[in-house]
Amino acid sequence: MPKTQVEMTVNGKSVEALVEPRTLLIHFLREQLNLTGPHIGCETSHCGACTIDLDGKSVKSCTVFAVQANGTDIRTIEGIANLDGTLHAIQEGFREMHGLQCGFCTPGMITRAYRLLQENNNPTEEEIRFGIAGNLCRCTGYQNIVKAIQFAAAKLNGVPFQEAAE
Amino acid sequence: MNDMTPTAEQRTAKLEGMGCKRKRVEDIRFVQGKGNYVDDVKMPNMIYGDFNRSPYAHARIKKIDTTKAAAVPGVVAVLTAETLKTVNLAWMPTLAGDTPMVLADGKVLFQNQEVAFVIAEDRYIAADAADLVEVEYEQLPALVDPLKAMTDGAPMIREDLKDKADGAHGKRKHYNHIFSWQAGDKAAADAAFANAEVTMKEMIVYQRVHPCPLETCQCVASFDKIKGELTLYGTFQAPHVIRTVGSLISKIPEHKIHVIAPDIGGGFGNKVGAYPGYICSIVASIVTGRPVKWTEDRIENLSTTAFARDFYMDVEIAATKDGKVLGLRCYTVADHGAFDACANASKWPAGLFSIISGSYDFPAAHCLVDGVYTNKAPGGVAYRCSFRVTEAAYCIERAMDIMAQKLGMDPAEFRMKNLIRREQFPYTSAFGWQYDSGDYQTALKKAMESVNYKALREEQKAKREAFKRGETRELMGVGVAFFTEIVGAGPSRACDILGIAMFDSAEIRIHPTGSGICRLGTKSQGQGHETTYAQIIATELGIPADNITVEEGNTDTAPYGLGTYGSRSTPVSGAATAMACRKIKAKAQMIAAYMLEVHDDDLEWDIDRFRVKGNPERFKTMTELAWAAYHEVPPGMEPGLEAINYYDPPNFTYPFGAYICVVDIDVDTGTTKVRRFYALDDCGTRINPMIIEGQIHGGLTEAFGIAMGQEIHYDNDGNVTTASFMDYFLPTAVETPHWETDWTTTPSPHHPIGAKGVGESPNVGGVPCFSNAVNDAFSFLGSTHIQMPHDHWRTWTAAEKLGLHAD
Repeated sequence: MPKTQVEMTVNGKSVEALVEPRTLLIHFLREQLNLTGPHIGCETSHCGACTIDLDGKSVKSCTVFAVQANGTDIRTIEGIANLDGTLHAIQEGFREMHGLQCGFCTPGMITRAYRLLQENNNPTEEEIRFGIAGNLCRCTGYQNIVKAIQFAAAKLNGVPFQEAAE
Repeated sequence: MNDMTPTAEQRTAKLEGMGCKRKRVEDIRFVQGKGNYVDDVKMPNMIYGDFNRSPYAHARIKKIDTTKAAAVPGVVAVLTAETLKTVNLAWMPTLAGDTPMVLADGKVLFQNQEVAFVIAEDRYIAADAADLVEVEYEQLPALVDPLKAMTDGAPMIREDLKDKADGAHGKRKHYNHIFSWQAGDKAAADAAFANAEVTMKEMIVYQRVHPCPLETCQCVASFDKIKGELTLYGTFQAPHVIRTVGSLISKIPEHKIHVIAPDIGGGFGNKVGAYPGYICSIVASIVTGRPVKWTEDRIENLSTTAFARDFYMDVEIAATKDGKVLGLRCYTVADHGAFDACANASKWPAGLFSIISGSYDFPAAHCLVDGVYTNKAPGGVAYRCSFRVTEAAYCIERAMDIMAQKLGMDPAEFRMKNLIRREQFPYTSAFGWQYDSGDYQTALKKAMESVNYKALREEQKAKREAFKRGETRELMGVGVAFFTEIVGAGPSRACDILGIAMFDSAEIRIHPTGSGICRLGTKSQGQGHETTYAQIIATELGIPADNITVEEGNTDTAPYGLGTYGSRSTPVSGAATAMACRKIKAKAQMIAAYMLEVHDDDLEWDIDRFRVKGNPERFKTMTELAWAAYHEVPPGMEPGLEAINYYDPPNFTYPFGAYICVVDIDVDTGTTKVRRFYALDDCGTRINPMIIEGQIHGGLTEAFGIAMGQEIHYDNDGNVTTASFMDYFLPTAVETPHWETDWTTTPSPHHPIGAKGVGESPNVGGVPCFSNAVNDAFSFLGSTHIQMPHDHWRTWTAAEKLGLHAD
């Protein structure tokens, strides 16, 4: 199948590649760029394991063609940590509050939460639950994910967060 | 001692041993997207497999033409049953003693059954070409209702078994019959009913559901023709079993099979069995000489690999009129689909279903289970469950509520009256199980006090009166469930898989500098084993948990084990870990005695060291002893500091819990709001409370999904109508209730550290608790049992049937 040239910025680096027009963005990221952080859980946009940040929006990369991402700025879980290599507050929050178990939804969940906190830097529990409703988790029951996001919000806002993981 | 000397508390804290809410080791890689799951495995020259699947539930295959598929550029090979026959792999044995087709041979028996396997240079080409496999079918009538499976004239599912009067578990009564299995004393149970003052009887259905981990089943098979060796990466909850079964059916010697289960994205029982995708990938790699990757998509996952439950339980309880239970009877029809693909211990075709007498002191009980074939996906697996314990717990807990209703007793009071009492442990049930330990009344009492049960019932009474007066359209339900599990399979006298005793293992090596590695036969799928096993070692050996690497999933390096399911990791491998530690500790003690020039018996253990009794200033820490083990062992002693233990538990463990749920139901829309859910669990000794609570949250959420909306549903033609996330309910953060957790601690007397296992408890206890709450809301109107799942439509329908809606 003839290939199309695409150019995009992925985790701060510019990328040029040839892709088939039908190649899904998730397959392009995982298989051509070796960014295996985002996962495939359903291929129908329901589970959110493939969530990435595309031009400042949370996008499910299993239902976007790589060619549609031409010219965009993408961030995946691999690009969330701080520049000095330390964990971003949201990553730290997931560990501190036990917001993950098998880890499969985690990259998508964290990437979504990363954007959520930029959309709303001090969300209520209800806003968090609504804000991550596009990301399914089969292990945690979400309660500690909510806390992880609250932890990150507090840390980013420079206020103390007292609660512990349950 | 000076001020710098750490106190005993500081030394203990530094270990992060048992009881510590230690942060998880696994998380560092997972939060950075650096986990390594099967689909992340890339091998040079790798190709991809995909299936052509049956559109019909039941049809004869007249012809398969692979010409067009094979002609697609990039297609490497196309396998059909005919190809598999050349390597004698067209049919494969299951753990349950049945022999399913790998690829459809002559007939298809369920929708989406695997018909042909296309291998191509990339996954897109494989998918394209799979659609081009041309299959000519002659459709046959489908059998969907398991209660009609053994009727005259029912469609015959398994023509291959037509002449077989005996199945793997004895005589077959019908061509669609798989097994009959019974437990308990029928005569005693019948006698209890003959004299009973009050009896109840109800058909309780636990619908077909699917474990649905977020990562589907997948594998990469790589056969090295030169060495004759197979490397198989896969989503395996039981990697060693896969190796042994793989060797037995492929005839590749077991030492030439390397099975690797890397990080697994949830299992919940879905990843115990061996599926056609694995077999086809192995054959494809042997045929092509290249690594072959197969990954299920979600539709394939929900409609083919595994399902759970599908039990039709006709249950009866006999009691005195003042509410003392006398007898239990249950006749169950179990729908196993087209093949018996249970992942039970081999001798137990209905698993541990005879735990159905639950937490109550039934003097007599009997159960009989008939397994039948239907035109549905094969199974059923133990979805977050120790082999049919969930079905049993659901059945008895619903039945107890119905009986309480009949007696006019409060369901909590009725339970309290019949719970096995603390002084009766170890308690032998009417089915012969020996419950190891429990303090049930204390747990239920604590639960009732924590939620102020009395006040809830008063509020409910007031609301019911208001409802009758037409002042509200909302009904309040209070659900109570008290469950006892039987987990940790298992004692080898009771449990084996294909003849392999269900022990498990741990091998620990302590390095010269005092750190170490522990390898086990279990396999975490999110349970946090890398964190918790190290905590057991930390407490047992006085080595900080951070200095212990825990490794699982590589059959070349890990000692043989039966894997992780049925809440068996802590009861079995956790015990093996403690026992291996104790061997190491015994050797360390001899080394310490030699170094300190005292007798072994003059030493005592103190957190992280052996010290001389009565002279605590004289001691050797484990770090010093590790070095000495490689440096100055006593004369005649082997150097090194390592041990292995294969632990065959003397008994199962019996975790229990008391759950209470409050729901508010809008009778006009059927909308059910969970106002409150309180879960008290007793899993014996608690290794990592943070991980325990996390598992309970997750299991309750799965229970919420099952009770309130999940169902793998088939229409009358056998079409599966719930094979995507559009139709199969998985709770999001929005619907999921807030969980309140609590605990009591009753250690297992036979387990080295007293632990019982916990991961499945919330699924076992949660489902009946939700269902009891919904049913309780309607009970004052004369309703006895509304079948799960309690989605809005079913609940609205129940209200409609009770005449609660305006004409």
